[in-house]
Amino acid sequence: MIKTDILIIGAGPTGLFTVFEAGLLKLKCHLIDALPQPGGQCSEIYPKKPIYDIPAFPEILAGDLVNNLMKQIESFQPGFTLGERAQTIQTLDDGTFIVTTNKGTQHHAPIVAIAGGLGSFEPRKPPISNITAFEDVGVEYIIRDPELYRDKDVLIAGGGDSALDWSIFLTDIASSVTLVHRRNEFRGALDSVEKVQELKNQGKINLITPAEVVGIVGEDYVTGVMLKQADAISERPCDHFIPLFGLAPKLGPIGDWGLEIEKNAIKVDNTLDYQTNIPGIYAIGDVNTYPGKLKLILCGFHEATLMCQSAYKRIFPDKRYVLKYTTVGGVEGFDGTKKEAPKAVVKAIN
Amino acid sequence: MEDQDIIIHIIDRDGVSHDVVAPTDMNMNLMEVIRSYELAPEGTVGICGGMAMCASCQCYIESDHQLPEMNDDERAMLAEAFHVLDTSRLGCQLAIRPALNGLKVAMAPED
Repeated sequence: MIKTDILIIGAGPTGLFTVFEAGLLKLKCHLIDALPQPGGQCSEIYPKKPIYDIPAFPEILAGDLVNNLMKQIESFQPGFTLGERAQTIQTLDDGTFIVTTNKGTQHHAPIVAIAGGLGSFEPRKPPISNITAFEDVGVEYIIRDPELYRDKDVLIAGGGDSALDWSIFLTDIASSVTLVHRRNEFRGALDSVEKVQELKNQGKINLITPAEVVGIVGEDYVTGVMLKQADAISERPCDHFIPLFGLAPKLGPIGDWGLEIEKNAIKVDNTLDYQTNIPGIYAIGDVNTYPGKLKLILCGFHEATLMCQSAYKRIFPDKRYVLKYTTVGGVEGFDGTKKEAPKAVVKAIN
Repeated sequence: MEDQDIIIHIIDRDGVSHDVVAPTDMNMNLMEVIRSYELAPEGTVGICGGMAMCASCQCYIESDHQLPEMNDDERAMLAEAFHVLDTSRLGCQLAIRPALNGLKVAMAPED
């Protein structure tokens, strides 16, 4: 069981900055995120897009913002459970919480801070009528173990980086790789596109464009797909159909935790500390709602800061505390490092 | 309604038609108009914020207005979106301007 002071659900900018504010209060944090890397939407959807409204950064790439946050919180040694979705929450008699992920990892903390953005990222599933019947028996939306495809005929659909990269990767494992996309142009990284072109020329990837998978064939498992090209539909045999159309956020299991939900977001008390209707559970950043709410990274930073002060008082109700500026107190990491302003040299004037 | 405003007819995902007033001087796009009138639940439209990276604002154009050409981002996103028709456009890429007065669109289903 992982134990921490503040369990943060969601490792986007707001969740990451929470680690810093908590660290100043000597509170340790652990983050859970469904994605395999920290950064949330900034890393997953738009790492190369510039953001212009982060105070004191006239312009910063979303990916760089995440890198900077990771650097800023490094000395507070946050723990991460990545690639797992927070699934259930249990309140213990002492008011603390156990949060369990979809893979069974358990986390115990007196404070839970939900910084889940628009929710956990789930694969976008194409609207093919019989697709759900074949999930895990030949249809996979995420490639977890490439070995599953050894010596198999694999058909991938999609036009972005993951479709291109996996097509390239699987040429060495699968007996055949077919890539299907609705247009001839791909929007992945240029070198990936060129590599696929090269593999196509070598006969190692069957590229079918413009085309679309409109049906799945099989009884107990996938034996082929129905392909639509121009206006003709034909069957193409394969053992696996892997639609890679990116990820979309869904509020998911958090919606069933007994929290008050409004407009697909968690209602919080914004007059005080962004606490939800369940004491000890806070919601900060894009995942929350209150009158006047704005879904901005800079608002998430503010909410995280106030929330940490409240969390401290909840954990240590009898301790006196006043806010200390980092210019005065510096930053004392849990790793033994200390950053502080150099002391002024006082020289006498004779 | 002021001089700089136009009317847009929007059919929501439940098939209900709305005639909404949209300003042409606020640098808004069609996705933002839909959100400002709350014609779809928060979190189901404009998820990426308007970067042509999610297709949650896909609309079908039902009037014969002359629309700006698609840029590469919009074309690429629509190539990976679902429920796409010949009339599909991303609302976030359609700036609200006077020429769109009377535009009629229907929102595409949620993924």
